[in-house]
Amino acid sequence: MGTPHIEVFNKAASMINENSDVILSVKNLHATVDGTEILKGLNLEVKAGEIHAIMGLNGSGKSTFSKVLAGHPDYEVTAGEILFKGQDILELEPHERATSGIFLAFQYPLEIPGVSNRDFLRVAYNAHRKAQGEEEMDVFDFDDLIEEKLDVVKMDASFLDRSVNEGFSGGEKKRNEILQMALLEPLLSILDETDSGLDIDALKTVAEGVSQLATPDNAVVLITHYQRLLNYIVPDYVHVMADGRIITTGGKDLAHELENRGYEWILAEHKAEVAVS
Amino acid sequence: MTNPVPAPTANITKADQRQAYLKSLSQSAKTAIPAALALPELRVKADALVNEQTFPSTREEDWRFTDLSPMLAIDFAAVTESASVSADELASVRLEESTGAQVVLVNGRFDAELSQLDALPEGAVVGSLQSLYGKHQAKLDERLAQSSGGHEAFTALNTVGFQDAVVVWLPKNSVVETPIQIIYLTKAGDSPLMAQPRALVIAETGSAATVIEDFWGAEGNSHFTNTVSEFFVDTNAQITHLRVQREGSGTFHIGKTAVTQGRDSHYASTAVSFGARLSRHNWEVYQTGEQTATRLYGLAAIADSQHNDTHSLVALNHPHGTVEQLHKCIVDGKAHCVFSGRVAVAQKAQLTSASQLNRNLLLSDKARVDTKPQLEIVADNVKCAHGATVSQLEADEIFYLQSRGINAAQAQRLLIYAFAMEILDTMAVPSLRSALTEAMARWT
Repeated sequence: MGTPHIEVFNKAASMINENSDVILSVKNLHATVDGTEILKGLNLEVKAGEIHAIMGLNGSGKSTFSKVLAGHPDYEVTAGEILFKGQDILELEPHERATSGIFLAFQYPLEIPGVSNRDFLRVAYNAHRKAQGEEEMDVFDFDDLIEEKLDVVKMDASFLDRSVNEGFSGGEKKRNEILQMALLEPLLSILDETDSGLDIDALKTVAEGVSQLATPDNAVVLITHYQRLLNYIVPDYVHVMADGRIITTGGKDLAHELENRGYEWILAEHKAEVAVS
Repeated sequence: MTNPVPAPTANITKADQRQAYLKSLSQSAKTAIPAALALPELRVKADALVNEQTFPSTREEDWRFTDLSPMLAIDFAAVTESASVSADELASVRLEESTGAQVVLVNGRFDAELSQLDALPEGAVVGSLQSLYGKHQAKLDERLAQSSGGHEAFTALNTVGFQDAVVVWLPKNSVVETPIQIIYLTKAGDSPLMAQPRALVIAETGSAATVIEDFWGAEGNSHFTNTVSEFFVDTNAQITHLRVQREGSGTFHIGKTAVTQGRDSHYASTAVSFGARLSRHNWEVYQTGEQTATRLYGLAAIADSQHNDTHSLVALNHPHGTVEQLHKCIVDGKAHCVFSGRVAVAQKAQLTSASQLNRNLLLSDKARVDTKPQLEIVADNVKCAHGATVSQLEADEIFYLQSRGINAAQAQRLLIYAFAMEILDTMAVPSLRSALTEAMARWT
């Protein structure tokens, strides 16, 4: 039918299982930045083995949600709760959330001149090991481990000896995020617009990497503007965010529909709920 | 109030007082000159220069941000006796890479017992001016105190009264692989002392060496180190100069590095400053031939109420010269860091390239930085860039590291190290680099 062939990376049957553990449970979440309310009653439940996509227009609160989950100090939660593995995480510091298994792939990964990627990755990895009561890994064992992980994102070892993200192209920065995800093996990965600005080859590399890392025991939340990424990683659920909350949830077809028809129709259908806020 | 007329008498008195103070320092210095280094012509000329000047005040542009007035209350007397230093005291300062190429001055006086000079290649001369002057007078007179800028008050004061000097003399085409370490040890006395160490480095045509100057002192009484190091880097010679200032917290350290570079020569230097109550480094490089390359890296890391000031000058007078300068300051507590960097590109210095950057990291609300990068370009066909930044640790960088499981304190430490390492990594002597990296712990 003229549809281009697209290689789906997570071809295996969906890993959804009604009996899986709930990893993340967000209830009636309200959050402000500089006194302005951005999240206005967001609800979301994510179980092990699931891939969720959160879509929505700019300013709908998608990125704010990801930062609130990771514990960015600029955002204040004013109501609601976030339970991770059944535990309230609102009082946890960002590094404690990270070592307990939450990973945020940044939309704009930061450049850190003077810190080599290798040292950064090792310090982060050892922080996780220490938090789990394990011994730190020495430099040599770590080198073996990280070389293995490089394959996931098809990165060259020379990236390890450059400063973190300094002078990296957009695609290289995003691959570096996925490398960190591969290394830290989080229970919950939130990918904040990891696909934005990527050319098709970089997008495929990133999608393939993420698909390899998704297992029946962990969960992935993809935050994206575009349906394109979802051709390569097929989500189990697609949520649409508007005005600080999730207004509707569907299957993978909803992403196609949004791509074809835009957001106006769905915002109109849910106008009542949006207006209430 | 109806008394708009300022009271000039107060200022006049102060200027008189400052002149008298400078003179008292030179008088004291003169009493301790050893007979072997009478050097009457040099000393008399320098004494006249000192007598023309006053002890600097913040009214002078060159000293605007560095207030020396706390010194006026202290009667520093020239060192007259050798302090005793045990071998153990020096053990942590000696660099393993420099074994057999170490000169030790204690309070500006050569210590033959502590110096170890058995790893030098034939021809290269390293030793004390007192022991070498008789034999090589003509050769040494050509260079000693002949650098530009010798009229400046503290340089002249040193010339009036230095008691000895380290001589590093590399004959034509000699290459010294072992880094030569000059250890300037400060031993504060029961009463405030003035020490005036000096060094004379002569790298003749085609020679090459690494010279490490290490100013080291323990905590103690008020002390004044007034040091002068002259470098003559002749045609096609290559000198790497590492300067480390880690004096004790009672020390006022004023240092001059004067470098005269010949055609096609390279002078690459890294200066690191952690110590002293107040320190000032006047770092002057004069390019006197074509295609001369100068590279200056600097790091000052200070805390509490320390004060650090680097005034650099690179004068380009010939075509195809290059200057690359990166100076960084890490400032914590109530400390105050000053950088003034002049690069003067004269009309004749066509096709030159100069870059200068000063980056500052403020770690507390009370820390202060004054920075003044200056390019003075008269030539028209040149490539020049300069700049300065002052910043605090980026909250977003810290959050990024935290989001990977690294706690806030560790993240901060990592970022400060990274800032410093860009300079420390230029030091190609591993044991020195790691000692200084360890010393960074105080700021992290």
